[in-house]
Amino acid sequence: MRRGARPDYPLVVVALLLSAFGIAMVYSAGQTDYPTAVANLWRHQLIWLGLGLAAAWIVSRASSRVLDFMTAPAYVGSCFVLLVLIFVGKGGLGASNNHSWLAIGGVKLGQPSEIAKLAVVLMLARVLSERKEAPDSLVELWPSAVVVGVPLVLILLQPDLGTGIVFLGMYFSMLFWRGVSWQLLTLLASPAISLVLAFNTGMWGAWFLLICALVLWYKPEVVEGVVVVVANLAFGVAAPLLWDKLNPYQQGRLKVFLDSSADPLRASYHVIQSQVAIGSGGWLGKGFTEGSQKRLAFLPAQHTDFIWSVVGEELGFIGVTIALGLFFVLFLRCTRVAARATDSFSSLVAFGLVSIWITHLIENVGMTLNLMPVTGIPLPFFSYGGSFLLASWISVGILVRLSAEGRGPAHSLVG
Amino acid sequence: MSFHPNAVQQRGRTAGALLSLVFIFLVGSFFRAQVLQNAQFALHSDENRLREIPIPAPRGRILDRKGLVIAEDQVGYTVSLLAPRESQLVSALRRLSATVEMSQEQQDAVVRRYRRSPNRPAVIFADATFELVSVLEEHRVELPGLIIQASSKRWYPEGAAVSSLVGYTGEISEQQLQSKGFLGYKAGQQVGKGGLELRYESRLRGREGVRFVEVDALGRVVREAGARPELTPMAAPPLPTNIDLDLQKYVYGLFGDSLVGAAVAIEPKSGEVLALHSAPTFDPNRFTGGIPVDYWRSLTTDKRKPLYNKAIQGTYPPGSTWKLATAVMGLELGIVKLDDRMPTPCTGGFQYGNRYFKCHDKRGHGAVSLAQAIEQSCDVYFYQLGLKIGLARLVAGGITLGSHARSGIDLPAEMRPQFPDSDYKAYFTRKYPGGWNQSASLNLSIGQGENSQTVVNMARFYTALATDGQAAQPRVVQGPAQRARLFTLDSTQMRGIRNALAGVVSRGTAGSAKIQGVVLAGKTGTAQNSQDPNNDHAWFVGFAPADDPKIVVAVMLEFGGHGPRAAKIAARIIEHYLKVSATQFIQTEGP
Repeated sequence: MRRGARPDYPLVVVALLLSAFGIAMVYSAGQTDYPTAVANLWRHQLIWLGLGLAAAWIVSRASSRVLDFMTAPAYVGSCFVLLVLIFVGKGGLGASNNHSWLAIGGVKLGQPSEIAKLAVVLMLARVLSERKEAPDSLVELWPSAVVVGVPLVLILLQPDLGTGIVFLGMYFSMLFWRGVSWQLLTLLASPAISLVLAFNTGMWGAWFLLICALVLWYKPEVVEGVVVVVANLAFGVAAPLLWDKLNPYQQGRLKVFLDSSADPLRASYHVIQSQVAIGSGGWLGKGFTEGSQKRLAFLPAQHTDFIWSVVGEELGFIGVTIALGLFFVLFLRCTRVAARATDSFSSLVAFGLVSIWITHLIENVGMTLNLMPVTGIPLPFFSYGGSFLLASWISVGILVRLSAEGRGPAHSLVG
Repeated sequence: MSFHPNAVQQRGRTAGALLSLVFIFLVGSFFRAQVLQNAQFALHSDENRLREIPIPAPRGRILDRKGLVIAEDQVGYTVSLLAPRESQLVSALRRLSATVEMSQEQQDAVVRRYRRSPNRPAVIFADATFELVSVLEEHRVELPGLIIQASSKRWYPEGAAVSSLVGYTGEISEQQLQSKGFLGYKAGQQVGKGGLELRYESRLRGREGVRFVEVDALGRVVREAGARPELTPMAAPPLPTNIDLDLQKYVYGLFGDSLVGAAVAIEPKSGEVLALHSAPTFDPNRFTGGIPVDYWRSLTTDKRKPLYNKAIQGTYPPGSTWKLATAVMGLELGIVKLDDRMPTPCTGGFQYGNRYFKCHDKRGHGAVSLAQAIEQSCDVYFYQLGLKIGLARLVAGGITLGSHARSGIDLPAEMRPQFPDSDYKAYFTRKYPGGWNQSASLNLSIGQGENSQTVVNMARFYTALATDGQAAQPRVVQGPAQRARLFTLDSTQMRGIRNALAGVVSRGTAGSAKIQGVVLAGKTGTAQNSQDPNNDHAWFVGFAPADDPKIVVAVMLEFGGHGPRAAKIAARIIEHYLKVSATQFIQTEGP
């Protein structure tokens, strides 16, 4: 904290409210008719919150120059840990081939990818802020693509599709914040979209024509235009081949997303039960700790991936709206920090950090209503899990610091 | 674009607008799911956690005409299992079979029941003993989905004596579940499988109750009660019948284990069925809660067919008992009078064309009147009467007298008698493609040939002889009498016929069946047995007292030889019913 500056109270208060709300829900998630180990996890989460608050306080005392100094070592270190994890990582729950956990002596310490996200945000901010002007061609995006690409590949090798999606969301958000034009962003994203649309020839054909038109209108370098068109063609054709490469559980999750009634007994069981839990909540919910879907174990991973379904079932539409409202205020407040930053590095760091939460929220909350595929990424401040809570509070610490270093009054809610 | 503060502010506003859109979309989606689609999801949530446990309703009692119990419900126990998945059911059954004896067949049957309705508890033991229930209660912890409840089981105090009437109950079958008659039934329920139990299923059934238990995703019962108010079962009112249980038991005793055949006793004016028995029979109590395999095998392999109701399902040539039909037709048409003689006197046989038709008495009956011909059962007389009536009118008259139709008794699976239909020419051509002639009327006139009747249908015909020409539809369950006129004769003719039938017993072929103090009227018959020509079926159909009949009895003995044996049994039945004692048994040869 810069001496004499007032901390960004609204930001801290909203983050605290969300954490309190989240721990209450972790407590409720443990209240089942047949008690399980989940019953005690809220205490663990409380300890992690304590650690997170301490970390946030320490981080908020470090200026953006210290952050700048830390960027390169943090990034290299993170990439190294992710590389090591591919060989020694331990599986989490459910997806047994997932190597995202770091364990020493058999004790699971945490998921380093949560901390790695912060390091990648810092590194991206550093690379993107090096030049005065925003990149306006695919070639100029090259360095930033490498920065995000290396950890992304390492994470996909774990394999952890959910975290991979977060990396992409974060990357595109930061490019947007850097001022990259929407046309260029579209061209950059087009191969990935081709990949998704490849399973429907008509849709993919329309998309391909659209991209060709955009290339002709936007007039990038000839080579770039050719690369974009060829990449779209390649992904459109390669997608079905890639599909066979996916693990059965990943295929299953994607299938359920595409058609939740495809195999209601097995793959989409989780999503259906989540929708039933939320839908049966009604206006006011079944009451705190009283959700029958959760109490009777119909709801899967009710303390981690599907904790939002507990909110929906027990607190109803009102509870959901209040929680979403808190998130909305937090995100706007963080966007304001980014907008008020005095240098481009700080601004990009602030926006990068909030974009992690936004991506997590859209994916996790969307998944509970089958609006998004089930990828198993946690909800910030709510899902049980120490690493992510710690990382989130470190982010809060950084944002509070950047807010204090920013321009203008720090009191009004919207900048 | 640069990082000029204005540009950043602009992007901040864009980001805020995009975020707002995302949150509006999310809030809208949750509004849709939680408020608009709430009912649908709440229902699904309840279906997840609540399981219906049916509480069977006690079946209605079946009572005899004096209110004595023919069938009632006793307290029993039903053991069933709730399982969320078939694999869990199978493993639970395996654990169960370690504790109590259970064959692989029984386990497979439980799995089949489960597949039909997985959300209902699958019945394991429909009729468990108290000892078995005590053992299972001790092992309840190992079997989380186990449900033991008091239920009622069917009990027939008189056992085999009433099985021809009541049938039996059992678990509803696959075919019944799919048939229209059993709409609203569920797998595992007990239903009537034959007799009154089947015929009056809807009246006996009662209304099943339901209670709800709360289960978790693994099928463990979390809360036994209070999850939702329960529906109490409602017993059906008792079913009053016309059966005289005392007479029914007496008839059962008369047949014992040795005689094979059937007997039906009917009150002639109302059609009330006083007793109905088919021998040999089965013990309906052993069918309750699943038939033991060896018992079922012994019933199905018995050549005497205990499961086949010979009173309503078996058809036998009526023989001489049908001569009364020929006589009634002749009288009604005015072809003959009771004291008329036929042109050719009986000399022990009758030449028709190139065939010689024998009378049962080789010595011949001489020149006899119709009344005497009935008494003596003279075949030659009826051959000539049949020729006078002619084949067309014989068939038409037989149909009018009910020989082609079921009696309409309120028991299931009654057989239609075999008799030519109204297009008799086509019927005979179909039966005898090689050619046929009027000689068919000779056979028909003495109750042989193309004529095969059920015991109950012959009893119905004799109710018309015993009254005024109106036959009463036999009714087991109490209800209004339904009578149909079969023929119209004046009272002198009716009296003449009844006197002739009384003469059968006092002077004629059924002399062995006399009862002291009561004039018994009736007709013997011998049905040629196509399977075994040396062992004919014996018939007797009659009523008493002859001047004011109170009871009509039809008796048929398979391989019983000649009519008089059946007549003796009928006499004992009537005697028991009218509470008089039998005397004097005169042995007389006759069909």
